[in-house]
Amino acid sequence: MSDTPSGAATEQDLALVRALRAGDETAFMMLVERYQPAMLRIASMYVSTRAVAEDVVQDAWVGVLKGLDGFEGRSSLRTWIFRILVNTAKTRGQREARSVPFSSVWAAEPDVEPSVDPDRFLSLGHPGSPGRWAEPPVGWASTPEELLLSKETLAEVSRAIDALPPNQREVITMRDVLGWTSADVRNALDISETNQRVLLHRARAKVRRALEGYLGSGRERTS
Amino acid sequence: MNCSELVELVTDYLEGSMPAEQRARFDEHVSGCDGCTTYLEQFRITIRLTGMLSEEQVEPATRETLLGVFRDWRASA
Repeated sequence: MSDTPSGAATEQDLALVRALRAGDETAFMMLVERYQPAMLRIASMYVSTRAVAEDVVQDAWVGVLKGLDGFEGRSSLRTWIFRILVNTAKTRGQREARSVPFSSVWAAEPDVEPSVDPDRFLSLGHPGSPGRWAEPPVGWASTPEELLLSKETLAEVSRAIDALPPNQREVITMRDVLGWTSADVRNALDISETNQRVLLHRARAKVRRALEGYLGSGRERTS
Repeated sequence: MNCSELVELVTDYLEGSMPAEQRARFDEHVSGCDGCTTYLEQFRITIRLTGMLSEEQVEPATRETLLGVFRDWRASA
């Protein structure tokens, strides 16, 4: 029962739910410590301001408490909580939509842009090596660790993620920032495995490109 | 598989969602290509850096508010 490959609730989840139903404050605050930061980060993707995001998360907690009696353990407690959160945030985001311009591009996004600028490859008509790197990336091994792991570099990563289309931002935030599994993300967002992977790849490719621009392609250093 | 194709498959590769035969061709290409070796490595670093963004604490005021939410719910239940 504790081993739940299908993503159902664990014994620990069920014990927590029983404690919450019994009115155990400590159990609730433990959940808050565990999930509040991630919930805030996710809510922020759907609404215009941090204040509204905090409000959304609070509403989601109310929804969680009110829904406890209906929790049947078919999904993990975390998946269930984040589904409530995402629904709450989306509803609020739609209500805000008239004043938030980016919401209009949410659904339609013909994202076929390549991971790497096509000019960096030899053309597909090249006689010798079609599609081979013409301008290969220069490794970051020569980048000092202090720069690579600096606050400034992380701020660049953060900016790159903020600039992503919303659906890509959702997936990379859940997978790579919060460290969820692909099953967690599929459950929370109700998207297919393939869709999840495509969005994740687009997002990672853009963040890598931003880092390459920020850290320098290396050409300046080597020549 | 050429370099411009390979860069589109890196997440499939890292997710382990490639057919074995395609995976073999991916590995074979990377082992003979410095550019793609570097690209794959940068992708991994990018993922690691992204994972360093989440080190946040719950603010005390939020904790207080949510404790209030819980007590209200308990009182009304």
